[in-house]
Amino acid sequence: MNRQIVKLFAFIVVLFGVLVGFTSYWSVFDAKALKEEQANKRPLLEQQQIRRGRVLAADGTVIAKSVAKGKGDARRFVRRYPEGALYGHPIGYSFVREGDTEFEQFHNDELVGNESEFSSILDELTGTTQEGNDIVTNIDANAQRVAMAGLEAAGFGAVVALVPSTGEVKVMASNKSFDPNRVPFELTRLNRNEIETPLLNRATQGLYPPGSTFKVVTAAAGLESGTITPETTIDAPGTIEVEGNPLSNDFNEDFIGASLDTALTNSVNTWFAQLGQKVGQDELFETMEKFGFNSTPPIDLPDDEVYNSGVTVEGQTLTRRDPIDLGRMSIGQERLLATPLQMAMVAAAVANGGKLMKPQIWNRVIDPDGRVSDRLDPDEYSEPVSEQTAADLTTAMEGVVSEGTGTNAAIPGVAVAGKTGTAETPGNDACGGGVEQNQAWFIGFAPAEDPQIAIAASVECTEQFGNDVAAPIFREVAEAILEGE
Amino acid sequence: MRSARNRELIALVPVALLLTAGFAAVFAQEETRLDNLSLIYGGYFLAICLATHIYLRIRLPNADPYLFPLVATLTAIGLVMIYRIDDGLARDQANWFVLGLILFALTIQLLRDYEVLERYRYTIAIAGLLLLLAPRLPGIGQQVNGAYLGVKIGPLAFQPAEFTKIAIVIFLASYLREHREVLIVGARRILGVTLPPLKHFGPMLVVWGASMFMLVFIRDLGSSLMFFAAFLALLYVATGRFSFVVIGMAMFVVGAWFFASTVPHVHERIEIWLNPYDDPSNAGYQILQSIFAQADGGLFGKGFAQGLITIPGTDDALLPAAQTDTIYSLIVNELGLFGACGVVLVYLLIAARGFKIALLANDGFSKLLATGLTAVFSIQAFVIIGGVTRVIPLTGVTLPFISYGGSSIVANFVLLALLLLISDRARREAEQPGGRALALGAAA
Repeated sequence: MNRQIVKLFAFIVVLFGVLVGFTSYWSVFDAKALKEEQANKRPLLEQQQIRRGRVLAADGTVIAKSVAKGKGDARRFVRRYPEGALYGHPIGYSFVREGDTEFEQFHNDELVGNESEFSSILDELTGTTQEGNDIVTNIDANAQRVAMAGLEAAGFGAVVALVPSTGEVKVMASNKSFDPNRVPFELTRLNRNEIETPLLNRATQGLYPPGSTFKVVTAAAGLESGTITPETTIDAPGTIEVEGNPLSNDFNEDFIGASLDTALTNSVNTWFAQLGQKVGQDELFETMEKFGFNSTPPIDLPDDEVYNSGVTVEGQTLTRRDPIDLGRMSIGQERLLATPLQMAMVAAAVANGGKLMKPQIWNRVIDPDGRVSDRLDPDEYSEPVSEQTAADLTTAMEGVVSEGTGTNAAIPGVAVAGKTGTAETPGNDACGGGVEQNQAWFIGFAPAEDPQIAIAASVECTEQFGNDVAAPIFREVAEAILEGE
Repeated sequence: MRSARNRELIALVPVALLLTAGFAAVFAQEETRLDNLSLIYGGYFLAICLATHIYLRIRLPNADPYLFPLVATLTAIGLVMIYRIDDGLARDQANWFVLGLILFALTIQLLRDYEVLERYRYTIAIAGLLLLLAPRLPGIGQQVNGAYLGVKIGPLAFQPAEFTKIAIVIFLASYLREHREVLIVGARRILGVTLPPLKHFGPMLVVWGASMFMLVFIRDLGSSLMFFAAFLALLYVATGRFSFVVIGMAMFVVGAWFFASTVPHVHERIEIWLNPYDDPSNAGYQILQSIFAQADGGLFGKGFAQGLITIPGTDDALLPAAQTDTIYSLIVNELGLFGACGVVLVYLLIAARGFKIALLANDGFSKLLATGLTAVFSIQAFVIIGGVTRVIPLTGVTLPFISYGGSSIVANFVLLALLLLISDRARREAEQPGGRALALGAAA
């Protein structure tokens, strides 16, 4: 019988081996998939038990915090947003049932304290309770308020303000916004609101025709490619034919023998259309892409909440080899769409001597013990133009504010460089179908000789022009930031 | 044979450490329970273990030195886990532990000559089967989750299947000891399959019938599976005929299949096992939550008392029956894959020691009894761990020595006592010069 007993034991060993195999499968190999299972509430319940870190403005204003509810085993944390809709964008929200978005989603690991794989194993072994880190952002609370107030007075739109030398995001305001505190109660309603689209971060997801602000990019390509110098003159009659259709200047005004300064100051359409055609699609796309067009801007927000700018047809971004009306694209028309963030990046790159820094909302991570565990290290994204080109563009953009189309952006005692834009969007359903619906823009930076801030302001569905509605917002936000320095 | 007991004493040291560490962990975790009761529990537990050890030193000095420490390890894990769930339940469990040890001592005291069991084998078998029927008797029977597993007489509630398994094993060991020769010799080959002689196989069919009966009337797939597997294990060891096992398995599968399609409760259990996601919030809830709890454990687990058993802020179970059926899932959740492997390893070591006893035993009845007891114990562990890890359908069998439940603890301590009795005799005879030859002569 002994032989059978040994065999029986061997069989029991196999059975127990199967148990270990299945346990390993569930607890380790299939664990990730199981945690994503719809029926599995554990990850959400456990996340609730972690005190998520706070999100703070640069001055310490609390934008998001977690408060404890219940006691003992029933204790769980719920997110609160003391500033309400002001930071609905770009901070977003984080709730167990509704999930998380925007900054809350992008920085989730730091906020819930998911450190590296190694230290989390250490924590498991020592049984340390997981705690979240605070994140201090670059956002200037006062300027954010000013931007939001300006937008609320002007209409739906967005303002983005970047520090040219570091890429720090000082302001990112989007109107219409939402109160994150209300998300658990009215997410469905917010989602369904297709007119105001409060959940859309217009700064990064608002795709608007950039209009004349794009002429800065065209000019940059012209200078950078050597097609023109600041002294080069181009005859720009009131109307020219581009791709078989007439293209006109405002009031059909002729600008014969105009240089870059004159053309930008007066936003001469026919001048830039010809320049674009001279530069050629390759060179123009080259410069555009260095400014960030045609790819996802390198900001600390989830990729699916930051849209590409470029010539877009049915969601597809056209490349330099696709047929495009180059003349109209050069003045910001022809299916060209850009986000306010993208246009702020254009302004910031010019302001920073031609170097584009990666825009970043976060500034530093503070661990539960109050130590700074990580700090923003400004990173260059690209170098779209040379320092000389940047200087030439700055000169031309100063003319826009001092004597051209953007005089409302002028700040007493401070040299401002900028460019207005007014794109006609007559077919825009979101505007209620009116005929005189414009997308008004202003991009610029100040002070021109030593730029501290680069801003893009964009207002949708307005009957007014960039100088009337966007430039004043630029000025107020720039003043708020420069005063705060 | 003092060295065996000394080894036992040394082996109890890690148990003591484990228990102290476990209680200390729960103690440190649950700041709300700032009473020192937990440490007193730990002290009591160790004192009782020491007393049992001294008792074994006197009564069964030659018995296997590792079985009791291994069982004490499981009991300690069980007590800590249950204490972590609810200290009231842990108090019950501790009382049952003491009661179990009293029955353990009584068994050793009364059954020093355990051969007497052979004489009463039919009485024992019938008593065991009658016990199984009790849960269906009006007045005392209890239905749990559609299965008839419990009996309640006044304040005394117990699960008869736990005791029946020992009775059946005693009967089978005795019956097979007597009939194994004829089962082997009388077997003939029909169509290339070796079949046992029919007239000696009658009682075997009764066991098969009993298993099927359990399926239909008790509606307990788990116990049914456990009993029948133990039966096949014994049949195989007794006859050495693997074909008997194959035939037996075929009979069980056919029977189970038939009843699974006719008895709704059994059918439902199998459906849930195969398709738990069909109804994740009702029928499939327990098995899915069991697996989710394991997924949450990972390699190292969340730590003692760190896992979720109820949905925070409510009394709704997140891990249903955490103290009984799904306690293994809670172990995976809190102690991780490593902790769970440790538990499985302890069961495996118990199986190894049990089979070692069977190997050392000199007479057929002792061999078969030790084999049967070890097999039924191991298979019980497999059935419930396999149930909560979805290897087989989840049923309401307890995890021996760990799960909350008096019947389980007490019955398994009786089982342990029988194993130690067999062991003590086998090793004593092996020690005595000429003892082995004498025993062999007696067996022949």
